[in-house]
Amino acid sequence: MATTLPRSLPPDVVRENGGPARIFMALVPLLAALALLVGGFILLRDLQTQETGTVSPLITAALAILWGVGGIILLFVTAYHFVERLPMPWPARLEPWVFVGPALFMLIWALFLPALRTIVLSLQDADSVNFVGLQNYTGVLSDPGMLTVFRNNLLWMLIGTTFTVSFGLLVAVLADRSRFETLAKALIFLPMAISFVGAGVIWNFVYAVKPSDAAQIGLLNSVVVSLGGQPQAWTAFFQPWNNFFLIAIVIWLQTGYSMVLFSAAIKGIPSEMLEAARVDGANEVQIFFSIMIPYIMGTIVTVATTIVIFTLKIFDVVIVMTGGQYGTSVIATEFYRQYFTYNNNGYGSAIATILLIAVMPVMAYNLRRFAQQEVF
Amino acid sequence: MAAKKSGKKRMGGFWVNGGLIIICLLWTIPTLGLLISSFRDRVDINRTGWWTVLPHQDWVASEQIKPEPDVDRNQPMTLAGVTATFEEFRQGIEQDGKRLIWIGNRRVGYLEVQEQKITANTNFTLENYKQVLASDDYTATLSDGTTVTERGDNMGRTFLNSLAVAIPATIIPIFLAAMAAYGFAWMRFPARKMSFALVIALLAVPLQIALVPLLRDYVALGINGTFLAVWVAHTGFGLPLATYLLYNYISGLPRDILESSFIDGASHFTIFMKHILPLSVPALAAFAIFQFLWVWNDYLVALIFIGASPTNQVLTQRLAEIVGSRGQDWHLLTAGAFVTMLLPLAVFFGLQRFFVRGLLAGSVKG
Repeated sequence: MATTLPRSLPPDVVRENGGPARIFMALVPLLAALALLVGGFILLRDLQTQETGTVSPLITAALAILWGVGGIILLFVTAYHFVERLPMPWPARLEPWVFVGPALFMLIWALFLPALRTIVLSLQDADSVNFVGLQNYTGVLSDPGMLTVFRNNLLWMLIGTTFTVSFGLLVAVLADRSRFETLAKALIFLPMAISFVGAGVIWNFVYAVKPSDAAQIGLLNSVVVSLGGQPQAWTAFFQPWNNFFLIAIVIWLQTGYSMVLFSAAIKGIPSEMLEAARVDGANEVQIFFSIMIPYIMGTIVTVATTIVIFTLKIFDVVIVMTGGQYGTSVIATEFYRQYFTYNNNGYGSAIATILLIAVMPVMAYNLRRFAQQEVF
Repeated sequence: MAAKKSGKKRMGGFWVNGGLIIICLLWTIPTLGLLISSFRDRVDINRTGWWTVLPHQDWVASEQIKPEPDVDRNQPMTLAGVTATFEEFRQGIEQDGKRLIWIGNRRVGYLEVQEQKITANTNFTLENYKQVLASDDYTATLSDGTTVTERGDNMGRTFLNSLAVAIPATIIPIFLAAMAAYGFAWMRFPARKMSFALVIALLAVPLQIALVPLLRDYVALGINGTFLAVWVAHTGFGLPLATYLLYNYISGLPRDILESSFIDGASHFTIFMKHILPLSVPALAAFAIFQFLWVWNDYLVALIFIGASPTNQVLTQRLAEIVGSRGQDWHLLTAGAFVTMLLPLAVFFGLQRFFVRGLLAGSVKG
């Protein structure tokens, strides 16, 4: 008997399953767990929406962890218990869904369906009542202001990616031969821990400007004045170059990321390969360009793609530094403005959909690579 | 040959280390300037650059001359052997390596005799931090003894809000993702490939596309403006990467451990809880740090789903508000920015190794 059973079903499960009474008994805790999750949801909602202000956020957080993690574990345990007691083919069929179901539910609710709904919204008018076909797209694409927006995003992608990749590569190569590699890498990597809003403040302070007869408190203007120049409002009236001063912030933030990946890739180059090239008389520059670069090309593509997507979606830095004024607006800030300042759902959704279309090639690439994996 | 090689390396060493030091300085100085400024007196921040805390040559007061009260300040005055009008004194008069300069207003001001000296502005204070953390009106004492009462920025409470948002929004998606990763890696079921393809496809989706429909659901559920809204959003947005990373890790665990457990009669549930979770701690920790920093530093999601509700605001929102409304109050901005950076920097320095491992797993592998 036991040999005919699927291997993944332990004996005790087989003994216990079947029997409507047992199934019903197992359904009770599952329903109780669901009720607890819903009840916790309502409790947490009411704790927050009642403007009492007396509940400490830490208590709310503790409750949330208890509710979220405890509730999910409880749901998981009771659902598993219930599924095990169903008649024969069902436990094996449903078990996997107990594991992947909750995550898939969240993904579909919070990402997949909203994406589809946004696409529908983009085909409707500003108040999302009537369908207007592609009018929002033609409107967005023919708006002269949007031309600047697309140009800016292109600048972000080109300049941001080029410099982030080059600096990361440079630091990785230099640090690899340096005595204080760990310290240097930690310092370059440190901005990764800083929020865009925080980085915005840091760089606003570097770019700070005072009237030309007062002492400059911003580092950049102080250097410029000491070299005999005039102080500038770098991120405002210095168009279109102000965009570069914003892009510099993201280069500063993201170089750590590219450095870490390149550093690991460079350390993966077989040392015999480098030694052989040195014996053949290649100098370090030749080694860099004809051995290292081709060897880590895969990593370079990965990093560049990540940064391109990242700069495509750039929002926080621009909003904090200029609010999208002075010709620095980008797709994501324009999206925000259309939705939340002008309440134009149609335009806002069309812009978000354009953003989605722009990352489509990356999605396709990821899926194709996934399809080629043998494991699946 | 060997000698030549080592000589070459030393030469390289100079340029390599020199170049690296310059880049490191470029990368560190902006943050350092912010940190130093946050401890400086509010008047000083606006009058001199933060680098003047370092020793430098400057005019330093050596003597104060208070003119007699009956001196007519609208006529040229003779002070310290120099005759000049009030306006000229206020501009500053240089002679014999000394500078005479009028400090304060016409009626109660005085003349200061200054000399060039090596000096440093080491007038540090904690007032800025006290003010940004204060919840009510805060009375700051300035370096010249006067006091100013201004509204505190309530960042103490906001800090707690950020914790309340970030901790559940880190733990919940990790647990969900670990379960799903186990299911995808160790179980076979119809639609498995399609479901995982959905995870992969959603990896690169810009979250902007999901914001507005999700906001409508929140309004319908009555959770708009609450922490719940942000937890759900961050859970959904973090899940593709979390599931993908943990799948990579869990599918790489040695199969024989699990097969022997099966033969011993363990269920998937037991295996997941007793074997997989403990074995996956490095990957879980790596993603936890990643997600925590991401949620803590997030601005867009909080801006949309918490919005203007002042009781539930998080740090990035508060800081962005100060930037918008009091963008020249550098004493508040510098201290406020540093308050928002405190925890990420601590996490970063304490757990850097895990963080790096997470980054590498996310991008190089797969």
